[in-house]
Amino acid sequence: LSNHSLTVNIAGLDLKNPVMTASGTFGYGEEYADFLDLNRLGAVVVKGLSRQPKEGNPVHRIVETPAGMLNAIGLQNIGVKRFIAEKMPFLRGFDTRVICNFFGDSVGEYVEVAGMLSATDGVHALEMNVSCPNKQAGWCVFGTDPKVLGEVVSSVRKVCTVPLIVKLSPNVTSISQMARVAEDAGADAVSLINTITGMAVDIKTRRPVLANRIGGLSGPAIKPVAGRMGGEVFNAVKIPIIGMGGIFTAEDALEFLIAGARGVAVGTANFVNPSATDDIIDGLHRFLDAENINDINDLIGSLHRS
Amino acid sequence: LSRHFAASVVEHHDVNAGFRLLTLSPDTPALPPEPGQFYMLQANTTFDPLLKRPFSFFSAADNTISFLYRIRGKGTRALAALDTGAKLSVIGPLGNAYPLPEGDYIAVAGGIGIASLYSLLGAVPGRALLFWGARNRNELLMPERIEPLVKTVVMTTDDGSVGEQALVSVAVKRFLDDHAHLPVYACGSTPMMKAVADVCAEAGARCFVSLETYMACGVGACLGCVVKIRTQEHPQGTFRSVCKDGPVFDASAVIWEGAGD
Repeated sequence: LSNHSLTVNIAGLDLKNPVMTASGTFGYGEEYADFLDLNRLGAVVVKGLSRQPKEGNPVHRIVETPAGMLNAIGLQNIGVKRFIAEKMPFLRGFDTRVICNFFGDSVGEYVEVAGMLSATDGVHALEMNVSCPNKQAGWCVFGTDPKVLGEVVSSVRKVCTVPLIVKLSPNVTSISQMARVAEDAGADAVSLINTITGMAVDIKTRRPVLANRIGGLSGPAIKPVAGRMGGEVFNAVKIPIIGMGGIFTAEDALEFLIAGARGVAVGTANFVNPSATDDIIDGLHRFLDAENINDINDLIGSLHRS
Repeated sequence: LSRHFAASVVEHHDVNAGFRLLTLSPDTPALPPEPGQFYMLQANTTFDPLLKRPFSFFSAADNTISFLYRIRGKGTRALAALDTGAKLSVIGPLGNAYPLPEGDYIAVAGGIGIASLYSLLGAVPGRALLFWGARNRNELLMPERIEPLVKTVVMTTDDGSVGEQALVSVAVKRFLDDHAHLPVYACGSTPMMKAVADVCAEAGARCFVSLETYMACGVGACLGCVVKIRTQEHPQGTFRSVCKDGPVFDASAVIWEGAGD
């Protein structure tokens, strides 16, 4: 390969390339270690972690939809303590960035988990999932109320010693407003989009297919929505953006980069093609070669330059 | 050897109405499967259907893997349309395997569940007492391949077109009166496996079931295919992935409420 550079910098963190995994689609990394060399990835973003282990939702949890899927896993995870003890030693063995996604059901839980993770050797950044219900505020979702979002982000910012990424929910009237709130509260970057709320109905039983009734839509079906939101947020904030939503190919990733994303996360594609991230990195190299671009940063945000 | 590979269709034909036998040849050397393991297959390269589908393998030879399947939905319809020479994207072998019996054993197949059990019958030939249930004659697939591998076979159908008109679990229950010392291996619909698990528990027979659920990834990442399993640490049950911790489970540990499809 030629000597062009895929290196990007997100909130002070150098990544060897902009390609990362989307939380919840790549387990804790080890699930995919047989299928690709994790050293190739810009970053591994792990399954969302909480203070206590979480059982998640009852089954039925997933259903395929046209060019997409709905999931209502319910944030099943082994808890932050077991993650640090059992999964981090494996992840520390790779030359990639480890980004820990986390959540809580109260501001206090967010703060506690963020403190534990950012004090852990080998954790390079945190990604806050704010698309989960806030027990203290009548189960409204943290990421859909600007005031609540500002509070939780600024509280976490005080204890977080590594770059803090806030993962934005698309299920809001103005994602730009939420991005600005996160930025003002001290977020170092935003990632978007989380899944779009949806429902599928079983016409025989006349009931929702998912036990949770509603789930999050992901996959190629949501890519144009994610692309539009990425472009909007680019114009609303100064902090870097990590784009995601239906990225299956290098061409998909390039759309997001051109629209202003500094990094891209690959999610549902991992399920279909376990080496999707690897293929996308190869494709980015090929594109830069073909287009005679020396530095991928020259491409990032080029949509917004005349 | 990679568990993610491209493969070519070398043979593909109807078995009975609505059922087909697909034989693939991996384009690169692949790992040999163990009885009870499964593969994720995808026929199309478009985004609809989006996900791969899990299939127990039926048989495997030096450089081929065969799948006996029922045409059921979007994914299997796309698969059924493949001609010889067509390419597929494959992940596998995946999941755990049937613990191999030491001597005689009871195999209980429900309909297309025979596809998974066939690999066990072939691995431990001549020792299986097979109880084979189906809706009708059409769904008792490939008896000419099955019968030479077993010691005895009892067939049941819902419509009485072959064997006794009864649920297969009823025939198993009767047999267990005198044979509860033999291990039982069951694969079929979720209600059928639950019924077999119940009669085994009643008789005190050890029973293994191979579960079927909807899956997205097949490798334990998405947590979409989970089932509640009792463990020492969690006597009330905890979610385990059918794709990675299964598909074969000790039936006495399975909490059937909400399990499978």
